[in-house]
Amino acid sequence: MKIEIVKNILDANDQVASLNREFLDTLKVFTINIMSSPGAGKTSLILETVRRLDSLVAVIEGDVASSIDSEKMADSGIPVVQINTGGNCHLDASMVREAIKKLSLNGIRYLFIENVGNLICPASFDLGEHIRVAISSVPEGDDKPYKYPGLFSMVDAVILNKMDLMPYIDFDYERFRNGITAVNKKAKIFQISCKTTEGIDAWVEWLKSENPYR
Amino acid sequence: MHELAVTEDIIRIVTEASKGKKVKAIELVIGDLSSFLDESIQFYFDLLTKSTPLEGASLIFKRVSVKLRCYNCQKEFIPDETYICPYCKNIGGDIIEGREFYIESIEVEDEDRDS
Repeated sequence: MKIEIVKNILDANDQVASLNREFLDTLKVFTINIMSSPGAGKTSLILETVRRLDSLVAVIEGDVASSIDSEKMADSGIPVVQINTGGNCHLDASMVREAIKKLSLNGIRYLFIENVGNLICPASFDLGEHIRVAISSVPEGDDKPYKYPGLFSMVDAVILNKMDLMPYIDFDYERFRNGITAVNKKAKIFQISCKTTEGIDAWVEWLKSENPYR
Repeated sequence: MHELAVTEDIIRIVTEASKGKKVKAIELVIGDLSSFLDESIQFYFDLLTKSTPLEGASLIFKRVSVKLRCYNCQKEFIPDETYICPYCKNIGGDIIEGREFYIESIEVEDEDRDS
């Protein structure tokens, strides 16, 4: 006997994500899910961004292991909760739910969630964020959007980091941009360098303009 | 690796829907933009369903290719890696298929001929 089900397998995750979003909305905490491969500059970008925001900020750090990134945040005086996924390659909505409980979010206007460094798995899991941002970096090459369309197709902004290395690397920016717009017309693209701080102001201005709670 | 969690979700949904009956087959629809691999789901499924009514059920994977609706001419096409529309040569389009990740149906043993 055949039984029709037609049920989204990620339904349980999506339901928890919706609860997270409702909770964050109630507290007026604008939440940003940051995804990239390892070493593209998620932590550096968050640190540079926080310096330019005139509101209170908190961070959730997702890593397979270690607390290196959260220590960097704490050193800068940023409230941070570390999630160690214990081998899991992405954060899911329940992990974020637990992390949110540990943070004092009163007065916080921006919550950055630094996802596990990975361009594949995080794309599938809604965490309850308000916007999604992908970081790619020049040394990774201009082909990343073509290789990981799942992720690049569902973000609100793409940040191309390490622009200061452009003179040393064969990177076709046109090709990179076309790979994003091919599957995602609405994504804003920012060219930045966390090292020289080139382009960061433009990104921060955009981020502020997206935050309805600032 | 992340197929472990989603395979647990699949097993939970099928266990609820099959109400203790022996499950013979599960049809899964997976879009190419979703990040899940058939082989990994099969691996974890076999591992996790030992000695349950789901043991030995065949997983039928229905893969769905990415399909775009051209930004320019609005015609639908299955892109190659250049994302160039075969009709008007413009690049890219809105994604209309390829993100699927759901259980379509299950087949359970009929009650009147239980072995």
